[in-house]
Amino acid sequence: MINYLARRVIYSLLVLAGINFLTFFLFFSINTPDDMARLQLGGKRVAAEAIERWKAEHGYDKPLYLNLKAGGTAMLTHTVFVENSLGILHLNFGKTLEGRDIAWELGKRVGPTLAMATPVFIVAVGLSIVFALGLMLFRYSTLDTVGVVALVALMSISSLFFIITGQYVFGKLMALAPLSGFSPGPGMFKFLVLPVAVYVLSQLGSDTRLYRTIFLEELGRDYVRTARAKGLSEIAVLLTHVLRNSLIPIITSAGLLLPALLTGAIVLESFFGIPGLGSFTIEGINNQDYAIVRAMVFFGSFVYVLTYLLTDFAYAWADPRVRLQ
Amino acid sequence: MLKLDQLRTEIYSSQGTVVAVDGVTLDIQPGETFALVGESGSGKSVTALSITRLLPDNACVAAGSVLLGGTNLVDLAERDMRRYRGRHISMIFQEPATSLNPVLTIGRQIIEVIETHTELHGAAARSKAIDWLRRVGIPEPERRIDTYSFQMSGGQKQRVMIAMALATEPELLIADEPTTALDVTVQKQILDLLLSLQRERGMSILLITHDLGVVAQVADRVGIMYAGELVELATKDEFFSRPMHPYANGLLGALPDVDKRGHTLEAIPGSAPTLTQAFHGCRFAPRCHAATERCRQEAPALYAQGATHAVRCFGFAPTNPVVISALPERIAGAGAHNRREAGDVLLRADKLRVRFPIRSGLMQRITGYVDAVHDVSFELRQGQTLALVGESGSGKTTTGKAILQLLRGSAVVDGSATLNGLELMTANDRQLHGARRQMQIIFQDPFGSLNPRMRVGEILEEGILSLQPDVSAVGRTERIAVLLDKVGLPRNCVTRYPHEFSGGQRQRIAIARALAVDPQLIICDEPTSALDVSVQAQILNLLKGLQQELGVAYLFITHNIGVVEYLADHVAVMQDGRIVEAGRSAELLSSPREAYTQTLLAAVPRARLKAV
Amino acid sequence: MPGPIRACVCSKDYGAMKIVVLWTDWVVFFVMAATLLYAWKVRHTPHLASTWRKAFASPTGSAATTVLAAFVSIGVLDTLHYRRLLSNSTGTAPTYGTETLSLLDHLLRRQQAGKERSYSAPLAYLAYEKEAVTTNGETRRIYPRLINAGTHLQDPAHDRAADVLTRGFVGAIKGMFVAGLLAGLLTWFKSRRNGRGLAAAWFDIRSGRTRMPLRVVLTTVSVLCLLSGIVLALSVEYHVFGTDRVGNDLFYVVMKSLRTALVIGTLSTLVTMPIAVGLGILAGYLGGWIDEVIQYIYTVINSIPYVLLIAATVLILMTFIDNHADLFPTAANRTDARLFFLCVILGMTSWTDLCRLIRGEVIKLREAEYIQAAQAFGVGTWRILSVHLLPNVMHLILISMVISFSGLVLAEAVLSYVGIGVDPAMQSFGTLINTARLELSRKPAIWWTLATAFSFMFTLVLSANIFSDAVRDAFDPRAIHN
Repeated sequence: MINYLARRVIYSLLVLAGINFLTFFLFFSINTPDDMARLQLGGKRVAAEAIERWKAEHGYDKPLYLNLKAGGTAMLTHTVFVENSLGILHLNFGKTLEGRDIAWELGKRVGPTLAMATPVFIVAVGLSIVFALGLMLFRYSTLDTVGVVALVALMSISSLFFIITGQYVFGKLMALAPLSGFSPGPGMFKFLVLPVAVYVLSQLGSDTRLYRTIFLEELGRDYVRTARAKGLSEIAVLLTHVLRNSLIPIITSAGLLLPALLTGAIVLESFFGIPGLGSFTIEGINNQDYAIVRAMVFFGSFVYVLTYLLTDFAYAWADPRVRLQ
Repeated sequence: MLKLDQLRTEIYSSQGTVVAVDGVTLDIQPGETFALVGESGSGKSVTALSITRLLPDNACVAAGSVLLGGTNLVDLAERDMRRYRGRHISMIFQEPATSLNPVLTIGRQIIEVIETHTELHGAAARSKAIDWLRRVGIPEPERRIDTYSFQMSGGQKQRVMIAMALATEPELLIADEPTTALDVTVQKQILDLLLSLQRERGMSILLITHDLGVVAQVADRVGIMYAGELVELATKDEFFSRPMHPYANGLLGALPDVDKRGHTLEAIPGSAPTLTQAFHGCRFAPRCHAATERCRQEAPALYAQGATHAVRCFGFAPTNPVVISALPERIAGAGAHNRREAGDVLLRADKLRVRFPIRSGLMQRITGYVDAVHDVSFELRQGQTLALVGESGSGKTTTGKAILQLLRGSAVVDGSATLNGLELMTANDRQLHGARRQMQIIFQDPFGSLNPRMRVGEILEEGILSLQPDVSAVGRTERIAVLLDKVGLPRNCVTRYPHEFSGGQRQRIAIARALAVDPQLIICDEPTSALDVSVQAQILNLLKGLQQELGVAYLFITHNIGVVEYLADHVAVMQDGRIVEAGRSAELLSSPREAYTQTLLAAVPRARLKAV
Repeated sequence: MPGPIRACVCSKDYGAMKIVVLWTDWVVFFVMAATLLYAWKVRHTPHLASTWRKAFASPTGSAATTVLAAFVSIGVLDTLHYRRLLSNSTGTAPTYGTETLSLLDHLLRRQQAGKERSYSAPLAYLAYEKEAVTTNGETRRIYPRLINAGTHLQDPAHDRAADVLTRGFVGAIKGMFVAGLLAGLLTWFKSRRNGRGLAAAWFDIRSGRTRMPLRVVLTTVSVLCLLSGIVLALSVEYHVFGTDRVGNDLFYVVMKSLRTALVIGTLSTLVTMPIAVGLGILAGYLGGWIDEVIQYIYTVINSIPYVLLIAATVLILMTFIDNHADLFPTAANRTDARLFFLCVILGMTSWTDLCRLIRGEVIKLREAEYIQAAQAFGVGTWRILSVHLLPNVMHLILISMVISFSGLVLAEAVLSYVGIGVDPAMQSFGTLINTARLELSRKPAIWWTLATAFSFMFTLVLSANIFSDAVRDAFDPRAIHN
């Protein structure tokens, strides 16, 4: 098993290298640093010297991939690609257009995002499992049919609807929670209730339906029949046998929930005024700040790869076949 | 002790309501083994599941009763039914590999049932579980109790299933095809274990099986099911000395074995009816050689023949019985054996060795090899049949694939295999293309071996297109028509898709496909293992007839000793990738020299008519 | 790169107008052609025909299909683009309007032209905001009359209710008439086909004794006809759904948004499907290092959270379009190019899933005995891939396409809302919601923009979800979880 996990770690590192290359290509080859400079300096009639100066300031004044002027290994190392990549490796993402250090910003903003994403993740997965198990107890009955119809309807509602009406109804009409804003420490709770509730609601439909399908498939397996033949109650069959085995596909899908969480963070943070990574991304997009967006892409991917890795560990925990072979 | 009365179980599907079990009445006495026998779709498993009410969600018991010691299980609330399952009635199933929960230790699964139904808990339940593991013959039970099912062999898994089923000491054990997924030597051990536990505990067993050999070995009484109905009920001795129903007779006649060598098997024509229809006459009438107008119009009842024998056939009706004509005599000449002179050597394998690479470590390098086939040598002459016999994992299928060069790229193959003098192992693509015209393959699974998205015509055409591109379109059409005649399928089936055919018909299509390029050698990889006995006989007759007619040689890969006895000229017995014994089949099977061959042959359950 | 891109946007003169085919139009036409081709194939392939019949046989499935078909026809109407002729004096080259219009614009020209200055509620005749109006030298702040709605009313406060009811009723009658006509046509067709009398055919349909649930289809059609009859009748003199901040008639805007949603929902998967299918089959069948490389590629792409990937690419795309303005002559070209690339990018995030799915399936199929039989016949790799493997993973492709549709429509809204979706100038559900994000907090609340956007979106996505359920159940109930 150690071998298996070590392999996963190495593979993850390779994937990160690939991501770095891909994003570098996207950011520097489709539009060259010259284009970037022109965009930032405004208009098409920008003096060539101004462009060169801008590039030099931002460290983009070397060739992208291959420095023909330099000799030896410097041909490969004295390039924007290598310097940029090395910078990222040292968590040096450069500065925003306004001159703030991106790494520092990231550090400051991780907290609020995590404070929102963690409860969303736990509550969404937990509630969906509970609802799906509940439907299982009444499967093929009217309640199940009604439940499935409700889930499909819930899935068909845009998450924006939940956000906008949720804020309006609970924040404005009923004044149960503050409309927007954030404060660190225990006070954050009241700011987080509404976004978390809204987001969980928008996820509930698809997640519950997915878990229902997973459970239904597991319920058709032979070992479930064995468990029933032993005279176990339906609840015992579901909790000890079906749930245990369903954990493996559930872990996969919960891992896939992460990118959805990031999307959610971007929308929710901008709407509820939470100073997290999502609103930082929006800021980057609105200012056309390449440095922020590139840093976010790499950081986001890093988190994602890390989750994948955690998923692998979780498999090993949930599935003795992975653990023992 | 257990009594089924007019049990009727319906399954609802998109094609309509399937009456899987229709009016089954039987009883099981304390301490006896009752075998419920039938082919696939006969309703025997559904009967078992109806008793314990473990039917799938789309099925239910529509009528009748299941009485266990005076309680009608059909009427019980689900809550109360649970107290019977596992406590009074336990079940074991066909696939021990999937019937055990893969993520829980076997100990936990056994303890669970003990804790549910008895006063024992915690350590006491655990020691009882260990005790049962020991009784079913699991070595080192104290250690093995904490292992998972995937760490055990197939036979051990079934032993664990038995321990789990019997740990609460139930009065009735329902064993649904308990040995079908197991090798024949393991099957014997499991059946012996069941019988000894039964003697010890005095419980009843309801054995569901399709294998008359197993019935002959362990049953006290027999019930034969056909198309949802019980057609014959008898003690074992009565059944094997005087089977009454034409279907029962047909089943026994269709079993291949050494006595029938040189004869065609008594295949029952056609296939079992679908159960969505409403029946008017006898359900077996369309396939029965003795059916009369009455059989087609009226449904027969189960007529008692003495105290313990009953049969559902007008031939035994108390008033004006239908005369059952004798079965046509076995045609000795047509299927006769060894009429053909053995020709030249067609295929010669010499020191064949197949190794699959094992990858491990960080970089997934090849760190070693697992030997699947080791040092295998044999010869097959033109127009003859060589049977490669062995249990699962003995390397017989791998040998076949290695000869067909289907393992190039995935395994390391050493040694030599020559076909008509051409060395196949080193043949280049062009030579190999030529050689493929001379050797073809038929697979086991009639459902997996035909592309579901292609019409039968396209399937049959593919080989000709690839290997004989010079044949014109007209030539191909003609040849396909001839092929279909040969394998006994109507010519109009070229425009139909495989799913429109039954298992036996699909296997005929697969045979036609192999014959399309006029091969001299056909590798038959368990071609009848997935088929019912009555259909197996049709296919065996067909294969034999084709050999007579076309002089094609068969490399017949099988685990079924009966088929070998019936069909093969030569036999090679394989174990763990090696040939342990080889020779002419008559000699080898009657007087095996090697210990393994002797064990193997001794383990085969026989079903033979006893002389009265 | 500039050359071929330019060639894609083609236009042709036809006297009074100039036909314009935008990039996405090409793809829409391609999809339509492909769909027709597929329908033809289905008709001639029994197992496909029976599976599709199964999908349509469920009442909910056929109702959803009917609704989707209505939406799709609106989208198609909005795909036939042209530029209007402005002047055509002899001797000089004709000049065309800079605005690219579609057939839908033409049909809804009244609603398109009937703009107000700003917000107005559904069926209102007064504007939402007070304006200073000077009458007789006296300046007062009043709610002014709308410019293009309710102008025919003499005494609107008194007459409007009756007028709306009358118009709505007449529209309903007209709608029912059309529905009746369609029902009659269907009955006639059915009776001709079965060789039975009209009455018998009608009885069959009415009592639900047809192979396809025609009764459900007709009911759905009737409801659609009824609703659109009412809306169309009212929209002549009113803004049925109100107007937005810049005074656009929301009925018109939401109709235009449909095409955007449909294009995103279908093109995204379609554009990248060849890559996904090709790579998936290759990786699964060939295995070895090819498999490793393909797996690596999709793991890398898959590991970038798609919002961020889209944000990055859209940002890069915006820079690209800004720097290469000469490639995109009109605003329509520009917005369309952005839509097209958004589809490609969205597709990029979904192809990895499909690719992995197909790879897994092919690995299973590779061991299938019919593949080995083909190998034993020496059938070439290419033929095995195309004849044996592709048809057997086709259902997965189809299922994944219908399933991703609704997700993509929803994603468009979120992305446009965040500002990384379609061009802000393009009508779409996302841009509509984006402009309306703060409207609820005004006093009185402006609810109609969001209500219109969300209800149309809900109808579209719900029918797509129900349709995809029906398709999945028919083709392979266990193929894909979600």
